[in-house]
Amino acid sequence: MPAPTIAAPVITLEVLRYRPGVDPAPVFQAYEVPYREDWVVLDALNYIKDQVDGTVSFRWSCRMGVCGSCGMMINGVPKLSCAAFLKDYYPGAVRVEPLAHFPIERDLVIVLDDFMQKLSAVKPWIIRHDEAPAGEFRQTPAQLDRYKQFSMCINCLLCYAACPVYELEPRFVGPAAIALAARYNLDSRDQGRAERQEIVAGPDGVWDCTLVGECTTVCPKDVDPAGAIQQGKLGSAMDWMKRVVLPWGKP
Amino acid sequence: MRPFHRAPRFAWWAGNRPYTLFMLRELTSVFVAAYAVLVLLMLRSLAAGPDAYDAYLRWLTTPSMVVFHLVALAAALYHSITWFALSPKAMVVRLGDQRVPARVVVGANYAAWIASSVMVAAILLRR
Repeated sequence: MPAPTIAAPVITLEVLRYRPGVDPAPVFQAYEVPYREDWVVLDALNYIKDQVDGTVSFRWSCRMGVCGSCGMMINGVPKLSCAAFLKDYYPGAVRVEPLAHFPIERDLVIVLDDFMQKLSAVKPWIIRHDEAPAGEFRQTPAQLDRYKQFSMCINCLLCYAACPVYELEPRFVGPAAIALAARYNLDSRDQGRAERQEIVAGPDGVWDCTLVGECTTVCPKDVDPAGAIQQGKLGSAMDWMKRVVLPWGKP
Repeated sequence: MRPFHRAPRFAWWAGNRPYTLFMLRELTSVFVAAYAVLVLLMLRSLAAGPDAYDAYLRWLTTPSMVVFHLVALAAALYHSITWFALSPKAMVVRLGDQRVPARVVVGANYAAWIASSVMVAAILLRR
């Protein structure tokens, strides 16, 4: 990487810093970074880490919107920092904060434990009561199409950072976990919907959602968690109908 | 090491356009509910006889009630249009292997709205 000359354009990154045991509360720290049209915010952060201040902490891995590690608040909007180009903010400053609504572990690193618990609670794997066929368990393209969109989730948590319900009601199971429950419920090979409904239709499930819809807006993989949640409400209401209105019907 | 917990913001919907529009949509339900109360009052005055009903109709012509109706109409339109726009999220309609496109689902909502409005108009305007 060539050293920037004095005349070279620069862009300011305001990074929220939190050093546990040092900072009583997070504070912004400004860094000047060479401005390059083809750089994303993650490139700028890596420049800071390598050249300016090695103590800045953040998660990242793939740099191509697949791993879901580098989600951050960029000028107040949850984004993958590998997909947020500096040129969309230049010459203004870029404000980088850890994903909203999660505790801050250090700098831009959030504590994921709450999500990991919720994710495992919805049992995001194929549950069988009958024995699965030996060998391949085939699906038609149409069967795949029913759940494929929800299977694109990369657990980047932008949807939780965009969800005001999760901020006000942290017990809410939340967009990604419910979308992943839908992904397995809609899978023709799965028989676990009743088990997942205990969480999905439970007191902290789909009915907490007020359909702000921002989870779907910020999703980098077009998963549409808001759609999964609304369809979950419909399914859960139909279960109730079958139980109460049609007592002979099975939910 | 101690993680830092950020407190929920009180006015979380302020200063964020999508959140503000969401709160506006939620607020419209107040006007929709208020209009329902108005209809109940109309039924009560109808049951109380012609004098009470005339007084109710005169009350509707006062400037404050005209302004309320204009605001309530705007709120009801915003409420309906935004909910219609969201309806494909909840309604997954499949014909065979194909999912019915979102705009068809939204269009069906508008068609149902127009059809029911025409029916109500036909009942009211029948002489």
